[in-house]
Amino acid sequence: MISANLSAVFYLISGILFILALRGLSSPETSRQGNLFGILGMIIAITVTFLTVGNFSIAMNYVLLFLLIGGAIGAFIAFKIPMTAMPELVAGFHSLVGLAAVFVAISAFLNPQAFNLGIPGDIKLASLIEMSIGAAVGAITFSGSIIAFLKLRGIMSGSPITFIGQHLFNLILGISIAVLIYFLCSTQSEIFFWGMILISFLIGILLIIPIGGADMPVVISMLNSYSGWAAAGIGFTLENTALIITGALVGSSGAILSYIMCKGMNRSFFSVILGGFGGDSKTSKEDKKDQKPVKSGNAEDAAFLLKNASSVIIVPGYGMAVAQAQHALREMVDVLKKNDTKVSYAVHPVAGRMPGHMNVLLAEANVPYDEVFELDEINNDFANTDVAFVIGANDVTNPVAKTDPQSPIYGMPVLDVEKCKSVLFVKRSLSPGYAGVDNELFYRENTMMLFADAKKMTEDIVKNI
Amino acid sequence: MEIDPFIFRFSIFILAIFVGYYVVWSVTPSLHTPLMSVTNAISSVIIVGAIIAALASSSNNIFEISNIFGFLAIVLASVNIFGGFLVTQRMLQMYKKKKKIKK
Repeated sequence: MISANLSAVFYLISGILFILALRGLSSPETSRQGNLFGILGMIIAITVTFLTVGNFSIAMNYVLLFLLIGGAIGAFIAFKIPMTAMPELVAGFHSLVGLAAVFVAISAFLNPQAFNLGIPGDIKLASLIEMSIGAAVGAITFSGSIIAFLKLRGIMSGSPITFIGQHLFNLILGISIAVLIYFLCSTQSEIFFWGMILISFLIGILLIIPIGGADMPVVISMLNSYSGWAAAGIGFTLENTALIITGALVGSSGAILSYIMCKGMNRSFFSVILGGFGGDSKTSKEDKKDQKPVKSGNAEDAAFLLKNASSVIIVPGYGMAVAQAQHALREMVDVLKKNDTKVSYAVHPVAGRMPGHMNVLLAEANVPYDEVFELDEINNDFANTDVAFVIGANDVTNPVAKTDPQSPIYGMPVLDVEKCKSVLFVKRSLSPGYAGVDNELFYRENTMMLFADAKKMTEDIVKNI
Repeated sequence: MEIDPFIFRFSIFILAIFVGYYVVWSVTPSLHTPLMSVTNAISSVIIVGAIIAALASSSNNIFEISNIFGFLAIVLASVNIFGGFLVTQRMLQMYKKKKKIKK
Protein backbone atom coordinates (compact mmCIF):
# COMPACT_ATOMS: atom_id res chain seq x y z
CA MET A 1 0.00 0.00 0.00
CA ILE A 2 1.45 3.35 -0.96
CA SER A 3 0.38 6.80 0.16
CA ALA A 4 -2.14 8.86 -1.76
CA ASN A 5 0.45 11.55 -2.41
CA LEU A 6 2.96 9.15 -3.86
CA SER A 7 0.38 7.55 -6.11
CA ALA A 8 -0.72 11.01 -7.29
CA VAL A 9 2.87 11.69 -8.35
CA PHE A 10 2.95 8.43 -10.29
CA TYR A 11 -0.36 9.22 -11.97
CA LEU A 12 1.13 12.56 -13.00
CA ILE A 13 4.11 10.74 -14.48
CA SER A 14 1.88 8.46 -16.51
CA GLY A 15 -0.05 11.51 -17.71
CA ILE A 16 3.23 13.04 -18.91
CA LEU A 17 4.17 9.80 -20.65
CA PHE A 18 0.86 9.93 -22.51
CA ILE A 19 1.65 13.47 -23.67
CA LEU A 20 5.00 12.19 -24.93
CA ALA A 21 3.22 9.36 -26.72
CA LEU A 22 1.23 11.86 -28.76
CA ARG A 23 4.25 14.08 -29.18
CA GLY A 24 6.10 11.16 -30.78
CA LEU A 25 3.58 11.08 -33.60
CA SER A 26 4.96 14.32 -35.02
CA SER A 27 7.13 12.20 -37.29
CA PRO A 28 7.17 8.52 -38.24
CA GLU A 29 10.72 8.12 -36.90
CA THR A 30 9.82 9.10 -33.35
CA SER A 31 6.38 7.53 -33.39
CA ARG A 32 7.35 4.01 -32.36
CA GLN A 33 9.22 5.34 -29.37
CA GLY A 34 6.19 7.46 -28.54
CA ASN A 35 4.00 4.39 -28.52
CA LEU A 36 6.37 2.75 -26.03
CA PHE A 37 6.03 5.80 -23.77
CA GLY A 38 2.29 5.30 -23.93
CA ILE A 39 2.57 1.65 -22.97
CA LEU A 40 4.92 2.53 -20.11
CA GLY A 41 2.49 5.17 -18.86
CA MET A 42 -0.29 2.62 -18.85
CA ILE A 43 1.78 0.05 -16.96
CA ILE A 44 2.67 2.64 -14.33
CA ALA A 45 -0.97 3.72 -13.92
CA ILE A 46 -2.22 0.16 -13.50
CA THR A 47 0.57 -0.91 -11.14
CA VAL A 48 0.14 2.15 -8.95
CA THR A 49 -3.59 1.50 -8.74
CA PHE A 50 -2.97 -2.04 -7.54
CA LEU A 51 -0.53 -0.78 -4.92
CA THR A 52 -2.83 2.02 -3.79
CA VAL A 53 -5.84 -0.19 -3.31
CA GLY A 54 -3.56 -2.70 -1.61
CA ASN A 55 -6.28 -5.30 -1.47
CA PHE A 56 -4.50 -8.48 -2.49
CA SER A 57 -7.37 -10.77 -1.63
CA ILE A 58 -8.98 -13.35 -3.86
CA ALA A 59 -10.64 -10.52 -5.81
CA MET A 60 -7.21 -9.56 -7.08
CA ASN A 61 -6.94 -12.86 -8.94
CA TYR A 62 -10.17 -12.14 -10.69
CA VAL A 63 -8.98 -8.69 -11.66
CA LEU A 64 -5.87 -10.17 -13.23
CA LEU A 65 -7.92 -12.88 -14.90
CA PHE A 66 -10.33 -10.41 -16.47
CA LEU A 67 -7.45 -8.19 -17.47
CA LEU A 68 -5.85 -11.09 -19.27
CA ILE A 69 -9.09 -12.13 -20.94
CA GLY A 70 -9.63 -8.60 -22.24
CA GLY A 71 -5.99 -8.30 -23.18
CA ALA A 72 -6.04 -11.55 -25.13
CA ILE A 73 -9.13 -10.49 -27.04
CA GLY A 74 -7.57 -7.09 -27.77
CA ALA A 75 -4.27 -8.58 -28.91
CA PHE A 76 -6.05 -11.09 -31.10
CA ILE A 77 -8.06 -8.33 -32.79
CA ALA A 78 -4.99 -6.14 -33.19
CA PHE A 79 -3.06 -8.83 -35.07
CA LYS A 80 -5.94 -10.12 -37.15
CA ILE A 81 -7.58 -6.95 -38.33
CA PRO A 82 -6.91 -6.01 -41.97
CA MET A 83 -5.73 -2.44 -42.43
CA THR A 84 -8.70 -1.62 -44.62
CA ALA A 85 -10.94 -2.23 -41.60
CA MET A 86 -9.22 0.36 -39.39
CA PRO A 87 -12.15 2.82 -39.39
CA GLU A 88 -14.60 0.32 -37.98
CA LEU A 89 -12.01 -1.01 -35.56
CA VAL A 90 -11.44 2.47 -34.16
CA ALA A 91 -15.19 3.05 -33.93
CA GLY A 92 -15.54 -0.26 -32.11
CA PHE A 93 -12.78 0.64 -29.67
CA HIS A 94 -14.42 3.99 -28.97
CA SER A 95 -17.60 2.22 -28.01
CA LEU A 96 -15.67 0.13 -25.47
CA VAL A 97 -14.15 3.19 -23.82
CA GLY A 98 -17.61 4.73 -23.64
CA LEU A 99 -19.18 1.67 -22.08
CA ALA A 100 -16.30 1.26 -19.64
CA ALA A 101 -16.86 4.86 -18.52
CA VAL A 102 -20.55 4.11 -17.98
CA PHE A 103 -19.76 1.00 -15.95
CA VAL A 104 -17.24 2.79 -13.76
CA ALA A 105 -19.74 5.57 -13.14
CA ILE A 106 -22.46 3.04 -12.24
CA SER A 107 -20.10 1.27 -9.92
CA ALA A 108 -19.14 4.55 -8.25
CA PHE A 109 -22.78 5.41 -7.87
CA LEU A 110 -23.65 2.08 -6.26
CA ASN A 111 -20.64 1.90 -4.01
CA PRO A 112 -19.40 5.45 -3.40
CA GLN A 113 -17.44 4.49 -0.29
CA ALA A 114 -14.89 2.71 -2.43
CA PHE A 115 -14.05 6.01 -4.08
CA ASN A 116 -14.42 8.22 -0.98
CA LEU A 117 -17.42 9.96 -2.46
CA GLY A 118 -19.80 9.55 0.47
CA ILE A 119 -22.36 6.83 1.10
CA PRO A 120 -25.23 5.64 -1.11
CA GLY A 121 -28.05 8.15 -0.91
CA ASP A 122 -25.66 10.83 0.28
CA ILE A 123 -23.04 11.25 -2.43
CA LYS A 124 -21.15 14.51 -2.60
CA LEU A 125 -22.89 16.91 -4.95
CA ALA A 126 -19.83 17.67 -7.07
CA SER A 127 -19.03 13.98 -7.44
CA LEU A 128 -22.59 13.24 -8.42
CA ILE A 129 -22.50 15.84 -11.17
CA GLU A 130 -19.10 14.66 -12.39
CA MET A 131 -20.10 11.03 -12.52
CA SER A 132 -23.38 11.88 -14.24
CA ILE A 133 -21.58 13.81 -16.94
CA GLY A 134 -19.04 11.02 -17.32
CA ALA A 135 -21.80 8.43 -17.58
CA ALA A 136 -23.90 10.47 -20.00
CA VAL A 137 -21.02 11.27 -22.35
CA GLY A 138 -19.80 7.69 -22.06
CA ALA A 139 -23.22 6.35 -22.99
CA ILE A 140 -23.49 8.68 -25.98
CA THR A 141 -20.01 7.61 -27.08
CA PHE A 142 -20.97 3.96 -26.73
CA SER A 143 -24.20 3.91 -28.70
CA GLY A 144 -22.98 6.48 -31.23
CA SER A 145 -19.86 4.44 -31.92
CA ILE A 146 -21.90 1.28 -32.33
CA ILE A 147 -23.95 2.99 -35.04
CA ALA A 148 -20.79 4.35 -36.67
CA PHE A 149 -19.32 0.85 -36.53
CA LEU A 150 -22.38 -0.69 -38.18
CA LYS A 151 -22.36 1.94 -40.91
CA LEU A 152 -18.65 1.58 -41.60
CA ARG A 153 -18.88 -2.19 -41.59
CA GLY A 154 -21.71 -1.95 -44.12
CA ILE A 155 -24.15 -3.80 -41.85
CA MET A 156 -26.19 -0.62 -41.79
CA SER A 157 -26.69 1.51 -44.88
CA GLY A 158 -24.46 4.56 -45.13
CA SER A 159 -27.43 6.68 -46.15
CA PRO A 160 -28.59 9.22 -43.66
CA ILE A 161 -31.71 8.27 -41.72
CA THR A 162 -33.81 11.31 -41.00
CA PHE A 163 -37.31 11.95 -39.76
CA ILE A 164 -39.39 15.02 -39.21
CA GLY A 165 -38.69 16.87 -36.00
CA GLN A 166 -35.47 14.94 -35.46
CA HIS A 167 -33.45 17.88 -34.24
CA LEU A 168 -36.20 19.09 -31.98
CA PHE A 169 -36.52 15.59 -30.55
CA ASN A 170 -32.77 15.41 -29.92
CA LEU A 171 -32.88 18.80 -28.27
CA ILE A 172 -35.69 17.70 -25.98
CA LEU A 173 -33.77 14.56 -25.05
CA GLY A 174 -30.69 16.66 -24.36
CA ILE A 175 -32.63 18.96 -22.08
CA SER A 176 -34.23 16.02 -20.33
CA ILE A 177 -30.76 14.70 -19.44
CA ALA A 178 -29.96 17.98 -17.76
CA VAL A 179 -33.29 17.87 -15.93
CA LEU A 180 -32.70 14.29 -14.80
CA ILE A 181 -29.24 15.19 -13.50
CA TYR A 182 -30.83 18.04 -11.58
CA PHE A 183 -33.38 15.73 -9.98
CA LEU A 184 -30.69 13.14 -9.33
CA CYS A 185 -28.69 15.71 -7.42
CA SER A 186 -31.59 16.96 -5.39
CA THR A 187 -33.11 13.58 -4.51
CA GLN A 188 -30.17 11.16 -4.88
CA SER A 189 -32.70 8.71 -6.20
CA GLU A 190 -31.42 5.84 -8.30
CA ILE A 191 -34.22 5.99 -10.84
CA PHE A 192 -33.02 9.31 -12.24
CA PHE A 193 -29.53 7.94 -12.64
CA TRP A 194 -30.69 4.96 -14.71
CA GLY A 195 -33.10 7.13 -16.69
CA MET A 196 -30.36 9.55 -17.57
CA ILE A 197 -28.09 6.74 -18.81
CA LEU A 198 -30.87 5.25 -20.91
CA ILE A 199 -31.68 8.55 -22.57
CA SER A 200 -27.99 9.12 -23.24
CA PHE A 201 -27.80 5.79 -25.06
CA LEU A 202 -30.76 6.87 -27.14
CA ILE A 203 -29.20 10.24 -27.99
CA GLY A 204 -26.02 8.55 -29.14
CA ILE A 205 -28.00 6.52 -31.65
CA LEU A 206 -30.10 9.45 -32.84
CA LEU A 207 -27.07 11.69 -33.24
CA ILE A 208 -25.27 9.37 -35.63
CA ILE A 209 -28.06 7.87 -37.77
CA PRO A 210 -28.70 11.07 -39.79
CA ILE A 211 -25.03 11.37 -40.77
CA GLY A 212 -24.10 10.02 -44.19
CA GLY A 213 -21.20 7.79 -45.18
CA ALA A 214 -19.02 10.56 -46.56
CA ASP A 215 -19.10 12.41 -43.25
CA MET A 216 -17.76 9.40 -41.36
CA PRO A 217 -14.28 10.91 -40.92
CA VAL A 218 -15.87 13.71 -38.90
CA VAL A 219 -18.07 11.34 -36.91
CA ILE A 220 -15.18 9.09 -35.98
CA SER A 221 -13.07 12.04 -34.86
CA MET A 222 -15.98 13.45 -32.92
CA LEU A 223 -16.58 10.19 -31.09
CA ASN A 224 -12.86 10.07 -30.37
CA SER A 225 -13.25 13.43 -28.73
CA TYR A 226 -16.33 12.33 -26.75
CA SER A 227 -14.53 9.27 -25.42
CA GLY A 228 -11.91 11.66 -24.07
CA TRP A 229 -14.41 13.94 -22.35
CA ALA A 230 -16.10 10.90 -20.81
CA ALA A 231 -12.76 9.74 -19.41
CA ALA A 232 -12.11 13.22 -18.05
CA GLY A 233 -15.52 13.28 -16.36
CA ILE A 234 -14.73 10.01 -14.62
CA GLY A 235 -11.27 11.36 -13.83
CA PHE A 236 -12.84 14.20 -11.85
CA THR A 237 -15.06 11.76 -9.98
CA LEU A 238 -12.10 9.57 -9.06
CA GLU A 239 -9.88 12.59 -8.43
CA ASN A 240 -7.30 10.96 -10.65
CA THR A 241 -4.77 13.15 -12.46
CA ALA A 242 -3.79 10.56 -15.07
CA LEU A 243 -7.40 10.23 -16.17
CA ILE A 244 -8.01 13.98 -16.20
CA ILE A 245 -4.88 14.67 -18.28
CA THR A 246 -5.62 11.82 -20.66
CA GLY A 247 -9.24 12.82 -21.05
CA ALA A 248 -8.24 16.37 -21.89
CA LEU A 249 -5.61 15.19 -24.39
CA VAL A 250 -7.93 12.78 -26.15
CA GLY A 251 -10.81 15.23 -26.06
CA SER A 252 -8.82 17.99 -27.72
CA SER A 253 -7.19 15.58 -30.13
CA GLY A 254 -10.56 14.38 -31.41
CA ALA A 255 -11.85 17.93 -31.61
CA ILE A 256 -8.87 19.04 -33.71
CA LEU A 257 -9.26 16.07 -36.04
CA SER A 258 -12.96 16.87 -36.48
CA TYR A 259 -12.00 20.43 -37.32
CA ILE A 260 -9.41 19.31 -39.88
CA MET A 261 -11.92 16.94 -41.47
CA CYS A 262 -14.63 19.59 -41.66
CA LYS A 263 -12.17 21.99 -43.23
CA GLY A 264 -11.19 19.33 -45.75
CA MET A 265 -14.83 19.23 -46.83
CA ASN A 266 -15.48 22.94 -46.42
CA ARG A 267 -18.42 22.16 -44.18
CA SER A 268 -19.20 23.54 -40.78
CA PHE A 269 -19.10 21.12 -37.89
CA PHE A 270 -22.66 22.05 -37.14
CA SER A 271 -23.97 21.09 -40.56
CA VAL A 272 -22.23 17.73 -40.33
CA ILE A 273 -23.86 17.05 -36.97
CA LEU A 274 -27.27 18.02 -38.26
CA GLY A 275 -26.69 15.41 -40.92
CA GLY A 276 -28.74 14.45 -43.93
CA PHE A 277 -25.86 15.08 -46.33
CA GLY A 278 -24.67 12.46 -48.80
CA GLY A 279 -25.46 8.80 -48.62
CA ASP A 280 -25.51 6.13 -51.24
CA SER A 281 -25.86 8.69 -54.02
CA LYS A 282 -28.94 7.89 -55.96
CA THR A 283 -29.71 11.44 -57.01
CA SER A 284 -29.40 12.85 -60.51
CA LYS A 285 -27.53 9.88 -61.86
CA GLU A 286 -29.34 9.37 -65.11
CA ASP A 287 -30.21 12.82 -66.37
CA LYS A 288 -26.77 14.10 -67.34
CA LYS A 289 -25.03 10.97 -68.37
CA ASP A 290 -25.97 10.83 -72.00
CA GLN A 291 -25.58 14.48 -72.78
CA LYS A 292 -21.84 14.77 -72.61
CA PRO A 293 -19.30 12.59 -74.33
CA VAL A 294 -16.98 10.57 -72.18
CA LYS A 295 -13.70 9.16 -73.34
CA SER A 296 -13.15 5.71 -71.97
CA GLY A 297 -10.23 3.40 -72.41
CA ASN A 298 -8.92 0.02 -71.44
CA ALA A 299 -5.86 -1.22 -69.60
CA GLU A 300 -3.74 -1.13 -72.76
CA ASP A 301 -4.45 2.53 -73.41
CA ALA A 302 -3.70 3.36 -69.81
CA ALA A 303 -0.47 1.37 -69.89
CA PHE A 304 0.59 3.20 -73.01
CA LEU A 305 -0.02 6.60 -71.42
CA LEU A 306 1.75 5.65 -68.22
CA LYS A 307 4.71 4.14 -70.02
CA ASN A 308 5.29 7.34 -71.94
CA ALA A 309 4.84 9.63 -68.96
CA SER A 310 7.87 10.99 -67.18
CA SER A 311 5.93 11.97 -64.09
CA VAL A 312 2.82 10.49 -62.50
CA ILE A 313 0.80 11.50 -59.48
CA ILE A 314 -1.47 8.93 -57.92
CA VAL A 315 -4.64 10.06 -56.18
CA PRO A 316 -6.06 7.28 -53.99
CA GLY A 317 -9.49 7.34 -52.39
CA TYR A 318 -11.96 5.21 -50.54
CA GLY A 319 -12.57 3.05 -53.64
CA MET A 320 -8.99 1.83 -53.41
CA ALA A 321 -9.64 0.63 -49.87
CA VAL A 322 -12.84 -1.12 -50.88
CA ALA A 323 -11.16 -2.90 -53.78
CA GLN A 324 -8.04 -3.66 -51.67
CA ALA A 325 -6.07 -2.31 -54.59
CA GLN A 326 -3.16 -0.81 -52.64
CA HIS A 327 -0.77 -3.72 -53.24
CA ALA A 328 -1.54 -3.94 -56.95
CA LEU A 329 -1.04 -0.19 -57.13
CA ARG A 330 2.38 -0.45 -55.52
CA GLU A 331 3.36 -3.10 -58.07
CA MET A 332 2.31 -0.80 -60.86
CA VAL A 333 4.38 2.00 -59.38
CA ASP A 334 7.40 -0.29 -59.08
CA VAL A 335 7.18 -1.07 -62.76
CA LEU A 336 6.87 2.61 -63.59
CA LYS A 337 9.84 3.48 -61.44
CA LYS A 338 11.98 0.95 -63.24
CA ASN A 339 11.03 2.92 -66.30
CA ASP A 340 12.49 6.05 -64.65
CA THR A 341 9.10 7.61 -64.17
CA LYS A 342 8.78 9.96 -61.23
CA VAL A 343 5.84 8.84 -59.09
CA SER A 344 4.30 10.50 -56.09
CA TYR A 345 1.03 10.12 -54.20
CA ALA A 346 -1.44 12.87 -53.35
CA VAL A 347 -3.68 12.33 -50.35
CA HIS A 348 -6.65 14.57 -49.66
CA PRO A 349 -7.46 15.14 -45.96
CA VAL A 350 -10.86 13.46 -46.25
CA ALA A 351 -9.88 10.64 -48.60
CA GLY A 352 -11.17 7.43 -47.03
CA ARG A 353 -13.35 6.96 -44.01
CA MET A 354 -11.12 8.26 -41.27
CA PRO A 355 -8.27 10.75 -40.87
CA GLY A 356 -5.07 9.36 -42.38
CA HIS A 357 -6.82 6.27 -43.74
CA MET A 358 -5.04 6.36 -47.13
CA ASN A 359 -1.63 6.88 -45.58
CA VAL A 360 -1.96 3.72 -43.52
CA LEU A 361 -3.05 1.68 -46.53
CA LEU A 362 -0.18 2.95 -48.64
CA ALA A 363 2.24 2.27 -45.80
CA GLU A 364 0.85 -1.25 -45.59
CA ALA A 365 1.64 -1.71 -49.28
CA ASN A 366 5.23 -0.65 -48.53
CA VAL A 367 4.94 2.76 -50.10
CA PRO A 368 7.62 4.92 -48.45
CA TYR A 369 5.92 7.72 -46.51
CA ASP A 370 8.14 10.37 -48.08
CA GLU A 371 6.52 9.72 -51.45
CA VAL A 372 3.09 10.50 -50.06
CA PHE A 373 2.09 14.16 -49.99
CA GLU A 374 -0.70 16.22 -48.50
CA LEU A 375 -2.99 18.43 -50.52
CA ASP A 376 -1.08 21.70 -49.92
CA GLU A 377 2.29 20.11 -50.56
CA ILE A 378 1.50 18.68 -53.95
CA ASN A 379 -1.32 20.69 -55.45
CA ASN A 380 0.98 22.95 -57.46
CA ASP A 381 2.77 20.00 -59.01
CA PHE A 382 -0.19 18.76 -61.03
CA ALA A 383 0.40 21.40 -63.69
CA ASN A 384 3.88 20.00 -64.36
CA THR A 385 2.84 16.37 -64.34
CA ASP A 386 2.10 14.14 -67.29
CA VAL A 387 -0.46 11.76 -65.84
CA ALA A 388 -2.73 11.85 -62.80
CA PHE A 389 -3.91 8.38 -61.86
CA VAL A 390 -7.11 8.71 -59.83
CA ILE A 391 -8.00 5.47 -58.14
CA GLY A 392 -11.10 5.29 -56.00
CA ALA A 393 -11.29 9.02 -55.32
CA ASN A 394 -14.02 11.20 -56.75
CA ASP A 395 -15.41 14.28 -55.01
CA VAL A 396 -11.97 15.39 -53.88
CA THR A 397 -10.92 15.85 -57.52
CA ASN A 398 -14.05 17.59 -58.77
CA PRO A 399 -13.20 20.95 -60.38
CA VAL A 400 -16.79 22.06 -59.78
CA ALA A 401 -15.75 22.84 -56.22
CA LYS A 402 -13.69 25.69 -57.63
CA THR A 403 -15.97 26.95 -60.37
CA ASP A 404 -19.62 26.51 -59.54
CA PRO A 405 -20.94 28.44 -56.54
CA GLN A 406 -24.24 26.53 -56.87
CA SER A 407 -22.61 23.19 -56.21
CA PRO A 408 -22.99 21.67 -52.74
CA ILE A 409 -19.27 21.04 -52.63
CA TYR A 410 -18.32 24.55 -53.75
CA GLY A 411 -15.36 25.85 -51.76
CA MET A 412 -14.12 22.45 -50.73
CA PRO A 413 -10.37 22.24 -51.24
CA VAL A 414 -9.76 19.83 -54.14
CA LEU A 415 -6.78 18.30 -55.85
CA ASP A 416 -6.12 20.07 -59.17
CA VAL A 417 -5.82 16.85 -61.16
CA GLU A 418 -7.37 18.43 -64.26
CA LYS A 419 -4.19 20.47 -64.71
CA CYS A 420 -2.23 17.36 -65.60
CA LYS A 421 -1.60 16.62 -69.26
CA SER A 422 -3.83 13.60 -68.98
CA VAL A 423 -5.98 12.10 -66.26
CA LEU A 424 -6.66 8.40 -65.84
CA PHE A 425 -9.75 7.87 -63.76
CA VAL A 426 -10.35 4.35 -62.46
CA LYS A 427 -13.96 3.96 -61.47
CA ARG A 428 -16.66 1.38 -61.81
CA SER A 429 -19.26 3.67 -63.36
CA LEU A 430 -20.06 7.29 -64.01
CA SER A 431 -22.09 7.57 -60.85
CA PRO A 432 -21.50 10.63 -58.73
CA GLY A 433 -19.55 10.39 -55.48
CA TYR A 434 -20.87 10.55 -51.96
CA ALA A 435 -21.72 14.19 -52.21
CA GLY A 436 -24.16 13.25 -54.98
CA VAL A 437 -22.46 15.68 -57.34
CA ASP A 438 -21.60 14.82 -60.91
CA ASN A 439 -17.85 15.03 -61.46
CA GLU A 440 -17.09 17.45 -64.26
CA LEU A 441 -13.71 15.83 -64.64
CA PHE A 442 -15.28 12.82 -66.36
CA TYR A 443 -16.14 14.89 -69.41
CA ARG A 444 -12.88 16.72 -69.85
CA GLU A 445 -10.83 16.39 -73.00
CA ASN A 446 -7.78 15.13 -71.18
CA THR A 447 -9.60 12.57 -69.03
CA MET A 448 -9.71 8.91 -69.85
CA MET A 449 -12.15 6.85 -67.84
CA LEU A 450 -11.13 3.30 -66.97
CA PHE A 451 -14.34 1.52 -66.06
CA ALA A 452 -13.38 -1.44 -63.90
CA ASP A 453 -12.74 -2.65 -60.42
CA ALA A 454 -9.74 -0.71 -59.13
CA LYS A 455 -7.70 -3.77 -58.26
CA LYS A 456 -8.37 -5.64 -61.47
CA MET A 457 -7.67 -2.61 -63.64
CA THR A 458 -4.39 -1.91 -61.87
CA GLU A 459 -3.29 -5.52 -62.31
CA ASP A 460 -4.20 -5.41 -66.00
CA ILE A 461 -2.22 -2.23 -66.48
CA VAL A 462 0.84 -3.87 -64.90
CA LYS A 463 0.53 -6.73 -67.37
CA ASN A 464 0.38 -4.29 -70.27
CA ILE A 465 3.24 -2.01 -69.40
CA MET B 1 -9.38 30.90 2.69
CA GLU B 2 -8.83 27.43 1.38
CA ILE B 3 -9.00 26.57 -2.28
CA ASP B 4 -11.24 23.70 -3.18
CA PRO B 5 -9.13 20.80 -4.53
CA PHE B 6 -11.58 20.70 -7.43
CA ILE B 7 -10.09 23.96 -8.65
CA PHE B 8 -6.65 22.38 -8.76
CA ARG B 9 -7.93 19.46 -10.77
CA PHE B 10 -9.82 21.79 -13.01
CA SER B 11 -6.63 23.79 -13.60
CA ILE B 12 -4.80 20.60 -14.57
CA PHE B 13 -7.66 19.77 -16.91
CA ILE B 14 -7.61 23.12 -18.67
CA LEU B 15 -3.82 23.15 -18.97
CA ALA B 16 -3.89 19.61 -20.36
CA ILE B 17 -6.38 20.72 -23.00
CA PHE B 18 -3.90 23.37 -24.09
CA VAL B 19 -1.05 20.88 -24.11
CA GLY B 20 -3.21 18.54 -26.15
CA TYR B 21 -4.09 21.31 -28.56
CA TYR B 22 -0.47 22.14 -29.37
CA VAL B 23 0.77 18.57 -29.34
CA VAL B 24 -1.95 17.32 -31.67
CA TRP B 25 -1.44 20.14 -34.17
CA SER B 26 2.15 19.03 -34.44
CA VAL B 27 1.14 15.50 -35.39
CA THR B 28 1.86 14.87 -39.05
CA PRO B 29 -1.35 14.26 -41.04
CA SER B 30 -0.06 10.95 -42.38
CA LEU B 31 -0.13 9.62 -38.81
CA HIS B 32 -3.69 10.65 -38.02
CA THR B 33 -4.96 7.07 -38.02
CA PRO B 34 -2.33 5.90 -35.51
CA LEU B 35 -3.14 9.04 -33.52
CA MET B 36 -6.74 7.91 -33.22
CA SER B 37 -5.84 4.38 -32.22
CA VAL B 38 -3.29 5.51 -29.65
CA THR B 39 -5.61 8.08 -28.08
CA ASN B 40 -8.07 5.24 -27.88
CA ALA B 41 -5.58 3.11 -26.03
CA ILE B 42 -4.58 5.80 -23.57
CA SER B 43 -8.13 6.85 -22.80
CA SER B 44 -8.57 3.31 -21.52
CA VAL B 45 -6.56 4.40 -18.49
CA ILE B 46 -10.11 4.53 -17.18
CA ILE B 47 -9.24 0.97 -16.16
CA VAL B 48 -7.84 2.62 -13.03
CA GLY B 49 -11.40 3.36 -11.93
CA ALA B 50 -12.51 -0.10 -12.94
CA ILE B 51 -9.83 -1.75 -10.79
CA ILE B 52 -10.78 0.34 -7.76
CA ALA B 53 -14.43 -0.56 -8.32
CA ALA B 54 -13.68 -4.25 -8.72
CA LEU B 55 -11.49 -4.49 -5.64
CA ALA B 56 -13.72 -2.45 -3.35
CA SER B 57 -15.17 -4.69 -0.69
CA SER B 58 -17.85 -3.59 1.69
CA SER B 59 -18.68 -7.18 2.57
CA ASN B 60 -17.17 -10.63 2.08
CA ASN B 61 -18.92 -11.05 -1.21
CA ILE B 62 -16.44 -10.12 -3.93
CA PHE B 63 -19.15 -10.22 -6.56
CA GLU B 64 -21.45 -7.50 -5.37
CA ILE B 65 -23.22 -5.69 -8.15
CA SER B 66 -20.81 -2.73 -8.04
CA ASN B 67 -17.84 -5.10 -8.24
CA ILE B 68 -19.35 -6.83 -11.23
CA PHE B 69 -19.59 -3.55 -13.10
CA GLY B 70 -15.95 -2.99 -12.20
CA PHE B 71 -14.94 -6.38 -13.56
CA LEU B 72 -16.88 -5.78 -16.78
CA ALA B 73 -15.21 -2.41 -17.20
CA ILE B 74 -11.82 -4.08 -16.70
CA VAL B 75 -12.49 -6.46 -19.57
CA LEU B 76 -13.66 -3.67 -21.88
CA ALA B 77 -10.79 -1.36 -21.03
CA SER B 78 -8.15 -4.05 -21.35
CA VAL B 79 -9.43 -5.07 -24.79
CA ASN B 80 -8.83 -1.46 -25.69
CA ILE B 81 -5.46 -1.10 -24.03
CA PHE B 82 -3.91 -4.17 -25.60
CA GLY B 83 -5.77 -3.81 -28.89
CA GLY B 84 -5.09 -0.09 -29.16
CA PHE B 85 -1.38 -0.13 -28.41
CA LEU B 86 -0.69 -3.26 -30.45
CA VAL B 87 -2.56 -2.13 -33.54
CA THR B 88 -0.82 1.25 -33.29
CA GLN B 89 2.52 -0.48 -33.10
CA ARG B 90 1.60 -2.64 -36.06
CA MET B 91 0.69 0.41 -38.11
CA LEU B 92 3.73 2.42 -37.14
CA GLN B 93 5.96 -0.49 -38.10
CA MET B 94 4.70 -0.14 -41.65
CA TYR B 95 5.79 3.47 -42.12
CA LYS B 96 9.10 3.25 -43.89
CA LYS B 97 11.35 5.76 -45.56
CA LYS B 98 12.39 5.51 -49.14
CA LYS B 99 15.26 3.11 -49.65
CA LYS B 100 18.13 4.45 -51.65
CA ILE B 101 17.85 2.82 -55.04
CA LYS B 102 21.17 2.20 -56.69
CA LYS B 103 21.40 1.18 -60.27
